[in-house]
Amino acid sequence: MGSTMTEQILARHAGRDSVRAGETIWIDVDILMTHDVCGPGTIGVFKEHFGDAARVWDRHKVVLIPDHYIFTADEHANRNVRTLREFAAEQDLPYFYDVGTERYKGVCHIALPEEGHTRPGEVLLGTDSHTCTAGAFGEFATGIGNTEAGFVMGTGKLWVKVPETMRFEFEGELPPYLMAKDLILAVIGDIGTEGATYRAMEFVGEGISGLTIEDRMTLCNMVIEAGGKNGVVQPDEVTFDYVRRRTAKSGTKADFEPVYDTADGGYVHVSSYDMSRLEPMVARPHSPDNKSCVSEVAGTRLDRAYIGSCTGGKVSDFQAAARILAGREVRIDTFIVPATTEVAAALDTERLNGQTLREVFEGAGCRVGQASCAACLGGPIDTFGRLNEPLACISATNRNFPGRMGHKDAGVYLASPLTVAASALTGHITDPRDMLG
Amino acid sequence: MDKLIQGRAYVLGDKVDTDQIIPANYLVYDPSKPEERKLFGRYALCGVPPEGAGLPDGGVPFVEEGAESSEYRIVVGGRNFGCGSSREHAPLALAEAGITVVVAESYARIFYRNSVNGGYLVPAECAERLVEQVRTGDELRVDLAAGTLENLTRGTTHKLLPLGAVVGILEAGDIFKYAGSVGMLG
Repeated sequence: MGSTMTEQILARHAGRDSVRAGETIWIDVDILMTHDVCGPGTIGVFKEHFGDAARVWDRHKVVLIPDHYIFTADEHANRNVRTLREFAAEQDLPYFYDVGTERYKGVCHIALPEEGHTRPGEVLLGTDSHTCTAGAFGEFATGIGNTEAGFVMGTGKLWVKVPETMRFEFEGELPPYLMAKDLILAVIGDIGTEGATYRAMEFVGEGISGLTIEDRMTLCNMVIEAGGKNGVVQPDEVTFDYVRRRTAKSGTKADFEPVYDTADGGYVHVSSYDMSRLEPMVARPHSPDNKSCVSEVAGTRLDRAYIGSCTGGKVSDFQAAARILAGREVRIDTFIVPATTEVAAALDTERLNGQTLREVFEGAGCRVGQASCAACLGGPIDTFGRLNEPLACISATNRNFPGRMGHKDAGVYLASPLTVAASALTGHITDPRDMLG
Repeated sequence: MDKLIQGRAYVLGDKVDTDQIIPANYLVYDPSKPEERKLFGRYALCGVPPEGAGLPDGGVPFVEEGAESSEYRIVVGGRNFGCGSSREHAPLALAEAGITVVVAESYARIFYRNSVNGGYLVPAECAERLVEQVRTGDELRVDLAAGTLENLTRGTTHKLLPLGAVVGILEAGDIFKYAGSVGMLG
């Protein structure tokens, strides 16, 4: 009897030949990531329990990425970045991407792979629920709390319950008007926000093999919106090529041992999607499973459009938006927030019809911000793009809970960067097929 | 953990996410600093839309303006309580406000783990739809040893689900105490 990818990764990290869904085991952690919002609390827990003079279990395995509240005058937020800085210096941590330096990155879930910290077959834990993004690289990645992270910092270990696996098979080719965001919104809408609680979501099929690494990241990024513990995609040459280039560039650990699904059935759920037959999707306020086809809600009036975050702020997300925005003008306030400084740099080097992406966006009347989480989760009142009034916003981000992007009475529609861009041009929810020639 | 908890109920609906439990703008406070940790109690559940705050009527503040803790002792929730972010500030905020037990139909995984591993509160589960049977302000008694929730106001008793695999950590107090008790921390 074979095992799922998640079972194999967890077994290897528990020093076992095999484990089964439902078992509670202790695992060794390969990478622990924390950021400015949860880092100070994590460090506090670590020091309280292991002592002021304690050292982290492995300085090459602790990655600190300030990204949430960076470009703000909020004194507590700035203090939190200083707390990370002091801890990195005290512990001599090589992987700290400090604000105000050339190393500054931005959104942790995009920075982790860019900087060579994601590898097939590994275990990555982070103090952020979207840590599941890294499942795109064929590893086990999930979000944890401060106390758990403080425990890992000192021991390199954590208990986990081995999850059952749900299998989502994708066939066909992704049409030019659809993005991975539409696929995952379709899945979340079908299974609901607790459809995958305590479970792994595995994405398989020819359709997935044909996706870029960034598309796979978008899929895995939002499994938490269905309650999922982790999302996972089988690694292939696309994965290996990306990981080899990034680890070589950063000088991080280059060797890895991929795992492949050998389970012959035993999944708790199997469903299939034909990508060529799906429609552009939105999630209406106030839940990511509030699914509609764009065609069903087309014409809904909007005040604002937002493209950014770990979900929708990657280079391919902006390339897609630029296809729609090039040579046109937006009719509502439109915010563009690159996830990382590397993505921001690409806005100046990637071109469409001779123009850089930044020129396309600025020419269309968009406001382009600096790399960070920005208004995806509201944040301090002076955060770029924050909804400080009860506005209707269409957003390429991941959550539309009440108050998520700022104002409690704002209504957020989640959609792909293509749909957000098309809607920005008209001021109401618009099908990207209407804008793609 | 306290096995017998008695006090007034504060009732919420389904999908009470972590942004409602503690909105993101308050995450700037550092919970490891005592004077900032207290603020999480003050702002606990302040992101819940008024219509869902204190069911069935709504519009009931969980923490009175200017107070640092709640006059309610037991939170009753529906399905997928604590969904969303991994912020441990969520169970911490409820605990700072004086909550030691939540009784919900189901929990989001990270909130559940944070509640247990951080030793903030007991995330108890009840298969019944309590949010339609308990009113905010009802006097409840939760007996974790017996696995029951008594509604003293209405004279009803409801069975709780077994605490399951995490009972060892709950009884030890938190993940550190548990790991210490089983010899993991040397």
